[in-house]
Amino acid sequence: MRAALATLLALAAVLAPATAGAAQPASLTDVEDEVMCLECGTALNVSNSKVADQEREFIAELIAQGKTKQEVKDALVAEYGPRVLAEPADDGFQLAAWLVPVLAALAGLALVALTARRWRGTRAAGAAAAEPALDPDDARRLDAELAAFDR
Amino acid sequence: MRARTYWPVTIAAAALVGLLAYGLTTTGTDTTLDSAMAAGKRVAPPTEARLPVLGGDGAGSLGDYEGKVVLVNVWASWCDPCRDELPLIEKTHRMMSRRGGTVLGIDVKENSGAALDAVEDFGLTFPNLRDRDGSYVREWGQTGYPESYVIDRDGNVAAVRRMPVTQEWLDETLPPLLGEPA
Repeated sequence: MRAALATLLALAAVLAPATAGAAQPASLTDVEDEVMCLECGTALNVSNSKVADQEREFIAELIAQGKTKQEVKDALVAEYGPRVLAEPADDGFQLAAWLVPVLAALAGLALVALTARRWRGTRAAGAAAAEPALDPDDARRLDAELAAFDR
Repeated sequence: MRARTYWPVTIAAAALVGLLAYGLTTTGTDTTLDSAMAAGKRVAPPTEARLPVLGGDGAGSLGDYEGKVVLVNVWASWCDPCRDELPLIEKTHRMMSRRGGTVLGIDVKENSGAALDAVEDFGLTFPNLRDRDGSYVREWGQTGYPESYVIDRDGNVAAVRRMPVTQEWLDETLPPLLGEPA
């Protein structure tokens, strides 16, 4: 219970600044790294082409109007289409950018599970091999001594 | 390699190779139009997509100019060679509009405010559509800016110019097409 409460509090602490920030007016540096220079194919914050300058001007105008980050991004999508955002599209070849990490993670998990299973099997077999079978006489003697000890 | 791991690893490797091949074939430049032009053929436009009208409501497409010779000009105000070319394109539009033709501008990858400023600065009178992210011109096998495509009265692509137009090229290309019956 305490652990769950602590987790909730930690999550709230992490998410609170993010949600508070969403309503604040955007800044150019905050938006630039989440937007693409459409012609250069790089993030806007590392692009120096004329297209990038024009996109920056457009963003700066919206910021001057007091728009929030989300409003700026929405306006960018309305003007330039969804590809202007620095996240892959969810169709066509770009769908692979979403699918491959998930598939790779699943493959990794399967590999870990397989390795762990094999490792446990090897350890159990090793442990069994390391312990020699008890001689029947010794077993009888052990039982007798344990019984005497219990008394 | 043990038989139990052989097939999963082989299938995963084949899937990766397939993904790479798919990526290469879908992101490369389409040269279909150039091959057709080199063979002297007229072909249907690679797309009939409708695009937003610049400075207006709704959408438009090449289909709206049926029966006309259309000089499709790909431009953007951030592209210096496009700006250099625009006065000649406007002059050509005025000539074509008297002879059953038109220029159709395709403004690419810029916000409508910047594009409309250019329309005003250059006194452009031809209609313009907006290719917001460049996906329309990619279907035409676009390689740079500016580019021009000429559509004949039957709606087929008759010429492609993958660089700024010149008066000489326009004089060679347009009059024969404008002279063709609809």
